[in-house]
Amino acid sequence: MELFRIKRDIPFMKHALLLNAISFITFAAAVFFLVTRGLHFSIEFTGGTVIEVEYPQVAQIEKTRHSIEAMGFGEVQVQNFGSSRDVMIRLPVRPGEKQTEVVDKVFGALCKAETGTISAKQLVTDKGEEISKQVCTTAAGAEPIKLSRSEVVGPAVGAELAWDAAKALLATVIGIIIYLAIRFEWKFALAGVIANLHDVVIILGFFAFFQWEFSLAVLAAILAVLGYSVNESVVIFDRVREAFRKYRKLNTHEVIDHAITSTMSRTIITHGSTELVVLSMLLFGGPTLHYFAVALTIGILFGIYSSVFVAAAIAMWLGVKREDLVKTPINKEDPDDPNSGAVV
Amino acid sequence: MNRYPLWKYAMLVVAMLVGFIYTLPNFFGEAPAVQVSSAKVTVKVDGTLRERIEAALTAAQIKADFVQLEGSSIKARFADTDTQIKAKDVISKSLNTDPADPTYVVALNLLSRSPHWLAALHANPMYLGLDLRGGVHFLMQVDMKSALTKKAESLTGDVRTMLRDKNIRHAGISRDGNNVVIAFREPEPRQQAQRLLTDQLPDVQWADTADGGLLGTLKPQAMVAVQDAALKQNITTLHNRVNELGTSEPVIQQQGLDRVVVQLPGVQDTARAKDIIGRTATLELRMVDDSAEAQAALTGAGPVPFGTERFMDRAFGPIIVKRQVVLTGENLNDAQPGFDENQQPSVDLTLDAKGARIMKDLSRENIGKRMAIILFEKGKGEVVTAPVIRSELSGGRVKISGAMTTQEANDTSLLLRAGSLAAPMEIIEEKTIGPSLGAENIQKGIYSVVGGFIAVAIFMSIYYMLFGVFSSLALGFNLLLLLALLSMLQATLSLPGIAAMALALGMAIDSNVLINERIREELRGGAAPQAAINIGYERAFATILDSNVTTLIAGVALLAFGSGPVKGFAVVHCLGILTSMFSSVVFSRALANLWYGRQKKLKTLSIGQIWKPAAEASEPVAKA
Repeated sequence: MELFRIKRDIPFMKHALLLNAISFITFAAAVFFLVTRGLHFSIEFTGGTVIEVEYPQVAQIEKTRHSIEAMGFGEVQVQNFGSSRDVMIRLPVRPGEKQTEVVDKVFGALCKAETGTISAKQLVTDKGEEISKQVCTTAAGAEPIKLSRSEVVGPAVGAELAWDAAKALLATVIGIIIYLAIRFEWKFALAGVIANLHDVVIILGFFAFFQWEFSLAVLAAILAVLGYSVNESVVIFDRVREAFRKYRKLNTHEVIDHAITSTMSRTIITHGSTELVVLSMLLFGGPTLHYFAVALTIGILFGIYSSVFVAAAIAMWLGVKREDLVKTPINKEDPDDPNSGAVV
Repeated sequence: MNRYPLWKYAMLVVAMLVGFIYTLPNFFGEAPAVQVSSAKVTVKVDGTLRERIEAALTAAQIKADFVQLEGSSIKARFADTDTQIKAKDVISKSLNTDPADPTYVVALNLLSRSPHWLAALHANPMYLGLDLRGGVHFLMQVDMKSALTKKAESLTGDVRTMLRDKNIRHAGISRDGNNVVIAFREPEPRQQAQRLLTDQLPDVQWADTADGGLLGTLKPQAMVAVQDAALKQNITTLHNRVNELGTSEPVIQQQGLDRVVVQLPGVQDTARAKDIIGRTATLELRMVDDSAEAQAALTGAGPVPFGTERFMDRAFGPIIVKRQVVLTGENLNDAQPGFDENQQPSVDLTLDAKGARIMKDLSRENIGKRMAIILFEKGKGEVVTAPVIRSELSGGRVKISGAMTTQEANDTSLLLRAGSLAAPMEIIEEKTIGPSLGAENIQKGIYSVVGGFIAVAIFMSIYYMLFGVFSSLALGFNLLLLLALLSMLQATLSLPGIAAMALALGMAIDSNVLINERIREELRGGAAPQAAINIGYERAFATILDSNVTTLIAGVALLAFGSGPVKGFAVVHCLGILTSMFSSVVFSRALANLWYGRQKKLKTLSIGQIWKPAAEASEPVAKA
């Protein structure tokens, strides 16, 4: 079985202008949404409190929201998380408030709303581990609400994380530029990085447009996919160099067309198989891994697009010539090349 | 040409064996256990205690899988939960003769079920992160400014003692910020003092001030040392406090320069955990000012005298205390409740050598005066107790008694003991994860990895036939190596780590796609099957290296700048890239070599249909 049976080189570069225009429009739209809507940062970045509670029956969001709003925490978000019985509550940082007491207060209020009382309980799990926890019990002995998770982040920690994130992104970009510049030439390095940063901006644009939660995991996904897709550009540039040497009659356009066409099959298969795994994460990973997988999916899809259509086109606009590449001593890698003797 | 030398096969077999052995402990699950740790700082847990526990269990005819000493606790594993609970009662009864004042913490816990011979090979299961196991996590910020201020304060005291011992006359010593300022009336004692202090206090830089005095500043490296020591002491103190909770694998680690991470798996009661670890208290011992001016200040008739401060006593209301710190919590080794000669409840303090010497001098000179023990919580001081010094206190043992109940003596001693933090700390991040959520996360993580693996394996096997099977096996080998490596490093596995594992599989298959495509291409170009395998693997390697380098750059950046969950992701991501290089290139090649290497007249390869542009209309040329 072979999926791609391409007879002739596809004249991608003929449409370079159109493709770049499409890229530019998506890019501009992404920037527009980033500016106007902004990213919906998770509390890891902004600081604040997240509380996840579980009800034994379908949760009444309105009731929960009402009892929390009565406590006067300012802008509160209450929403379902994962299932209809799980509720996630987000509270902002409030100056002067003792953050670490917020969780206990909120859980106490929610418990009270279910006519329960909070008590500390020692219990032993069926596996045999001793656990002490705060439980909310009603007079009848039922447990009307359970605290499944809580997270409190101080504002200073959040600001630091945001800065660390920026540093990680910068280090990755610089690292990749240096690597590509050593491996090829600055025009390719620049083209590769622009193409892939364009992916990063588009992923961010999606997160801004849909107001998906941007967490540390999403950031990790973006950086991972950045490193991963750059490689696709590397493969194409490799072929461009090879084609420049092999087919001396072809002009730059045709060389790039040839390089893209001959690598397209493997680009799609490798990205496709990676996407299979990511889809599995999207299906089975649950709400915690959801946006991580979403970011990877967008990154992989646009990674294919940008390495096929954008990177090489940018390199072309930057004016890549045969002389840029062929003067580098490449024949070490390809001793079978019939033209290797001609290399200066 | 497609034959590996024997050593290469041997190496792969060894790698696989090692992989199996070190991955194995993760599959045994956990068994009920009882953990015994010390409840008191003074009580050590050692081999003799292990023998006592074994004896107690044998006497009660309870069979333990094993009883072993692990770090600062003893763990005993049992077959089922019933035996475990029985064993806990037996151990607790035999060790803690007085239930009101337990010497040891006996807690129910979980231990890996993996057999003993694996543990003997240091093959232990990975730790599960809090998000997979449930528990609480705290990030605490150490207030380094106050550690430095305190150091300057105690330096001021040291300087005063030194100058007095050498009879060098000065016109006053005070602390200004983190500096020590000494005023002199004449230049000669100033020179003497400078010589003496430079000699005696190598950590301090002395400079002349404009008005003929001396200004002492801590040298930068000494400042770092002070901060480092403060952090270390806080971590030790936290360890002692956390022991009270009896958690199985508490994590207390330094993060950055001034932060401490505390993770308590299995603990769900944040309120209690916070209560115990969050007692952000520091202890200081100072003299009470009972002068006429101070008395006037107490009644409100005058201002608080220079060099003193006003504090509240827990029992007796306001009290005027000198600013100079005599002793800090650092010099306090232990505080225990006890009884004095009149059978009145008391608090018994044990001081270290330096503390004992200072206390001896101080008490000799101040008989009949009062000293105050002040507990600082969140920058606010409160006098715990202000006893009168009756006699010279030598030997480093101090008994404080009078006007307290047994309960108060207990509380005070606990406060004093646990209160020996070098610098105050504040919780800046807090997370709780319920155990059921943790179990759910594990399940979801495993489903994602397995689901992804199966999907990729099916696709590869259909698309590349036998070479796809080789690739899938190599992928499995990669997963095995990755798990083994993480277990060997005793890494803490978290949900982002599992996600990275799934992603590693997705990215690892990349290399095999590259190789297989290259082999197809060679076949399409008319190469002989054996040559195609050889060239395919060799040519693809450069590209594989490229792709892994760029991915690794991003991984390393995450590792360097990420913290918490991102770090967990980055570690698995980077290791996954390294193992995938080995497995997809060396291991899958070994499989191909084993299968095809010996066939001299190899006609076709089972790598799926090869389509040739030239022969598009006719039948496919090379078929599996």
